[in-house]
Amino acid sequence: MNAKGSAGALSAPGILFAVLGLAAMLAPFMTLAANRIVAGDAIVAWRLAEPGVTLPGLLSLAAGLALGLLAAWPRIRMAGAALGLAGLFWLLMAGTPNLLAGAGEYARVSPAAGFWCLLAVFILLMSDALGNLAPGPLARAALLIAALAALTLVLWSGALSDLSIMQEYAGRKPAFIDAFVRHLGLAFGSLAIAGVIGFPLGILCHSRAQLRGAILPVLSFLQTIPSLAMFGLMIPILGWVGETVPGAQSIGIAGIGFAPAFLALVFYSLLPVVGNTVAGLSAAPPAAIEAARGMGMTQRQRLLRVELPLGLPVILTGVRIVLVQNIGLAVIAGLIGGGGFGTFVFQGLNQTATDLILLGALPTVMLALVAAIAMDILVDLVRTTPEATA
Amino acid sequence: MIEIDKITRLYNGVPAVDAVTMTIETGTVTVIVGTSGSGKTTLLRMINRLEEPSSGEVRINGESTLTIKPHILRRRIGYAIQGHGLFPHHTVARNIGAVPELLNWSADKISARVDELLTLFSMEPETFRNRYPGELSGGQQQRVGVARALASRPDLLLMDEPFGALDPVIRTRAQDDLRRIQKQLGSTIILVTHDMEEAIRLADRVAVMDSGQLVQHGTPAEIITRPATEFVADMVGRVERPLRLLSLVPVSELVEEGVAEGEALPVEASLRDALSACLWTGRAAVPVEQDGVLVGRVTFEAIRARARARAHP
Repeated sequence: MNAKGSAGALSAPGILFAVLGLAAMLAPFMTLAANRIVAGDAIVAWRLAEPGVTLPGLLSLAAGLALGLLAAWPRIRMAGAALGLAGLFWLLMAGTPNLLAGAGEYARVSPAAGFWCLLAVFILLMSDALGNLAPGPLARAALLIAALAALTLVLWSGALSDLSIMQEYAGRKPAFIDAFVRHLGLAFGSLAIAGVIGFPLGILCHSRAQLRGAILPVLSFLQTIPSLAMFGLMIPILGWVGETVPGAQSIGIAGIGFAPAFLALVFYSLLPVVGNTVAGLSAAPPAAIEAARGMGMTQRQRLLRVELPLGLPVILTGVRIVLVQNIGLAVIAGLIGGGGFGTFVFQGLNQTATDLILLGALPTVMLALVAAIAMDILVDLVRTTPEATA
Repeated sequence: MIEIDKITRLYNGVPAVDAVTMTIETGTVTVIVGTSGSGKTTLLRMINRLEEPSSGEVRINGESTLTIKPHILRRRIGYAIQGHGLFPHHTVARNIGAVPELLNWSADKISARVDELLTLFSMEPETFRNRYPGELSGGQQQRVGVARALASRPDLLLMDEPFGALDPVIRTRAQDDLRRIQKQLGSTIILVTHDMEEAIRLADRVAVMDSGQLVQHGTPAEIITRPATEFVADMVGRVERPLRLLSLVPVSELVEEGVAEGEALPVEASLRDALSACLWTGRAAVPVEQDGVLVGRVTFEAIRARARARAHP
């Protein structure tokens, strides 16, 4: 009886997060290395600085995990997650200067497993609490903006600029901005082209079953080509085009660089765009389509007034899949000189400089996460049909 | 007047509708009855060219439908189907205004028409105008579906099993509403059903389809008393035959002077209702009232005589 009562009061995922979080608090929180290449010494959270400095951070981590247990109050759990995240950054900001003091000119400090695990735990706690709160699309947009603003503030304040990854950044500011622009260009540009080709193709496939039978298997096949192989295959193909087609090289078409990476991403994007367009357009209830025909709508009017509005959430879900997929895949472009954050990842791999890898990987993850959340909000906004209440 | 002239529809050389000829007077309700696969729905769908006839033609007020572009033709013909087919992403008002919108009516004219139709179907415009179909009950959705089909004051209203998805209580109410509204507006309606009971309740003329052919076209009384084939007799049902016949006659036809015990029936009630009241309460006669005032009685004997007289003319 007691067990049943306490299980009702405590959140099951909250218990899991608390156990994982407590375990992660015992793991090394940061590392201190003599330079950017060698492996560092692990330092646990309570040794980062004076007890008077680390204690508030440790307490807010523990309090955050404890608040996450309260199943009945998702708002309190949300606040617990925020408190925990604040504690994490507090420890990071307090530990960095303290560890670096007197550690030598080339010394580097980085967050370690404990930090990353706790970060994951609190983000999961936050999304679990958010799931229970089920905020509307506008509330979610406000939360996203607030989270981004908080992150920007922390980075802009310079409190973390002594961290190893920020040092890697400081040495490559122009390259970073260039990589950022390239990455966006690859991910969004290929999505745009895939949309321009894919939406009309999807609409055609929707109205002609024969075309659908011919095109979808081809696109599925493209999707199964491993990404490295796809990027590699583009090199000879575009290299040949660049050399034989007059004027192709002058607009940047060559075996390596932006063009082959871009084209590979377009190919990967076509299946989700076309497939979801077809699925979305067939989502309209058959009776509604029959009624639309029977009342004298032309095929075009049926498409614009009935099929497209009803299918838009599914179609946008396809766009979301493509966007998140392309932001991730665009990293591979770094390998064939296409630019983007992949450049740092592959440089870092060559130099065994973990923090340089992270300088490429973390912004990619952030970008994908923000794109996914923003697209989810957009999908919810276009879902104009209220759920049946009867 | 709608003239269906030797219309045929072949599927892979097999006729689904085989040279059907039928004339439908303006302002009447014609119900096409048949089993599934009898071609009744195909026949209906050829009228607004959702199916193209293989041969033959349909003329509306003398004009062949083949001379008009299909989507233009359909805007002139109301169409209501089973499961209503409302657009889930549009409000009730936008759904009802769909055809007027296609016909480029002004916004004011459309919204006035929407309110008029909602009122006609006993749905408070203020309450229902801005609701979505998902927020309505099954009966309300069906009424909106019919209101939408009537919105542009079409020459003709086609209905394909419009009440098929409703439960029996709501269905009876919907049928009564349709009859009332049809009388009020003087619409011409062609309705398809597999339910002979529904056909007899609603029809001025019943058309019975069997294997793609029109086997009988006549008044409900003719269909019941003089079935043209065994199939029609089966559709009517031999046991239900006298009751169906009595359901066509209002008690007003047999009201006589005199008094009777018990609860009174209104004059609009059918003889079947009166018979049922006699049998259920063991009375030999029931009182009849008009607008709450007793006007006489109807006797069990008279009902029996009337049923025999009609069955063996």
